[in-house]
Amino acid sequence: MPKELMSGNEAFAAGAWAAGVRVGAGYPGTPSTEILENLKNYPDIASEWSVNEKVALEVGIGASLGGARTLVTMKHVGLNVAADPLFTAGYVGVNGGLVIVVADDPAMHSSQNEQDSRHYAVAAKLPMLEPSDSGEAFLFMQTAFSISERFDTPVLVRTTTRLSHGQSVVDNPKKRVMPGESGFTRNPRKYVMIPAFAREAHERVEARLLEMAAWSSRESGLNRIEMGSDTSVGYITSGVAYTYLREVAPQASVLKLGMVNPLPLDLIREFAGKVDRLVIVEELDPVIEQAVRGLGIPCEGKSLFPLTGEFEPGMLGVALGLAPKPQKPASFPVAIPPRPPALCPGCPHRDVFNTLRDMGAVVTGDIGCYTLGVLPPYSAMDTCIDMGASLTVAQGLEVSGGVKGNAPLVAVIGDSTFAHSGITGLVNAAYNGRNSMILVLDNGTTAMTGMQPNPTTGVTIDGRETFSLRYDLLAQAVGIKPENFREINAYKPGEIRSTLVDMLGRDGLSLVVVRGTCVIFKRKQAKQQKGSAS
Amino acid sequence: MNTTTANILIVGVGGQGTILASDILCAAAMEAGLDAKKSEIHGMSQRGGSVFSHVRFAPKVHSPVIPMGNVDVLVALEEMEAARWVDWLAPTGRMVVSGTRILPANVTAYPEGIVDALKQRVSACLHIPADRLLEAAGSEKYVNVFLLGAASKGIDFPESAWYAAIERLVPPGTADANKAAFIAGRNLS
Repeated sequence: MPKELMSGNEAFAAGAWAAGVRVGAGYPGTPSTEILENLKNYPDIASEWSVNEKVALEVGIGASLGGARTLVTMKHVGLNVAADPLFTAGYVGVNGGLVIVVADDPAMHSSQNEQDSRHYAVAAKLPMLEPSDSGEAFLFMQTAFSISERFDTPVLVRTTTRLSHGQSVVDNPKKRVMPGESGFTRNPRKYVMIPAFAREAHERVEARLLEMAAWSSRESGLNRIEMGSDTSVGYITSGVAYTYLREVAPQASVLKLGMVNPLPLDLIREFAGKVDRLVIVEELDPVIEQAVRGLGIPCEGKSLFPLTGEFEPGMLGVALGLAPKPQKPASFPVAIPPRPPALCPGCPHRDVFNTLRDMGAVVTGDIGCYTLGVLPPYSAMDTCIDMGASLTVAQGLEVSGGVKGNAPLVAVIGDSTFAHSGITGLVNAAYNGRNSMILVLDNGTTAMTGMQPNPTTGVTIDGRETFSLRYDLLAQAVGIKPENFREINAYKPGEIRSTLVDMLGRDGLSLVVVRGTCVIFKRKQAKQQKGSAS
Repeated sequence: MNTTTANILIVGVGGQGTILASDILCAAAMEAGLDAKKSEIHGMSQRGGSVFSHVRFAPKVHSPVIPMGNVDVLVALEEMEAARWVDWLAPTGRMVVSGTRILPANVTAYPEGIVDALKQRVSACLHIPADRLLEAAGSEKYVNVFLLGAASKGIDFPESAWYAAIERLVPPGTADANKAAFIAGRNLS
């Protein structure tokens, strides 16, 4: 079989194609972005960057009901946005298989929190698979679609940064197997969740969980007991932590879980019966540990490992008592300054932050490159919570009257984030008569995640031309006075300052769009043009 | 600890080609018939931050992440980054360090004395001054592959494995220049 080196994200896309996926939808977010970026390159798959994760999942539900095997991708915080459809999608079930890949980011390499998405599988009562390397990512993706159709449920697949952005060898036969075709069939009892129908659905969901747990133990092939000669201790683990454990304890007795919800309880009981002491090796929250305790089986886990950050094989060996604590090397005699990420040299929006700082503005920020405006030399950001919160937190600050003195209050958001979740905040400000000053920093692309097009870009994921969002019409639609709307050039710092001063002096809601194409995006475009010309 | 796995850590600054160098190494290991794994961080680090990539190869590799203190070869594309990661090196490990200096944002003076301190700590520390590096690599564009060549001396893959990996992964039209840079690095004494 042809062997290939693949990242976890490439393997997810390859597995989805092999499983006959016909529709892909998602919103970019590190470390999930490359799944859809790879999927779009396969033939006969309709992929889209959706406006946000909730939209992506709903498009996915529709595609599934229409009979297509469908993949939806997002990062962990994106699943919060998609949580509303997620919980009811489980009640409705599927027609074509529906798989949602969610990418967690232990250690927060590029995220605003460190949430553990396994809780969503438990809370929404959905199955969740967790591969350990690219090879499993490829295979589990195909299994996930079978599970989805067999048990009539959406399936979550959890990855983490180390899997998504790690590379390992995949056996890829490059063969695509298409499931039988079935179009949309009207079935309101199954697809319309009025309370009467939802009550029946909830019963189905609960019964399905029990069935899946039994199936997972007995015949799924996703979990395996690997007995070593030493039975004084046994480890239960999953995901990339399994590979760390195998690194430090190659001969140990291990129950390796591939399905982390519902847990294969029978298999866990069987394994627990074979070892004297049970240790659960899991990053972040004690999800497996608590479930095992719930079975009345004593075990250890978070008493040995931290609740925060990611594991690393060295620390795992020390925590498990398998390796001595390494001696701390003598500190390096030369002081090495940190090298945090920063707004790029040449980034068109740096002057906005210089200006805001000089004006002493209170700045509510948002998610993207421009969050780096919080760091010196700009030091021009005061809040950052989640996608779209710049507009709405500013409204709350305004209502509270808590910004004292004459400090201007400015909400700063990027173009993709604005389309994702800013527009609802804009409508809210208009509806409730707020006086916010909203600054959209439009760089023409979704830059932080690697230059994905968005509704302001004018092209789709596959390069088709499309409309690009008209800020002026949007401003008009929400009743912003014409003189309170301005589009300006990011490369004219004087204009930025004079516009801000002018706008802050006006009554009512105001919207300023600062346009300046991302320098990396420009370089990429120039390269592509050069490539297509030669 | 599994001591038969080769552990290479390549570090640099966003935009230097750190990831490409590690891609080539990982692919060459596979071409040489070994199991290979790699782990790195994208995202925030692309914005001028530190970039690092773990590459591991052996008949069978478990973890994609190198245990701290177990790096056999540390390849640093930037001088300060070499110092930042030196604690990851195994006591028997060696280093290939570029004399390239890139100031982090908000730092005005580059710290002096790094190379002496590195050499004091690591007996097998090959430091290549920036001017010599540029001349030997042919261009700034090939410095990453040149350093990979310099680091490759203790790694016994067949030449063909290296070349196949380079040809497959470098930008179109640059395979010959990259191969030349690799060979120049490999022949560096």
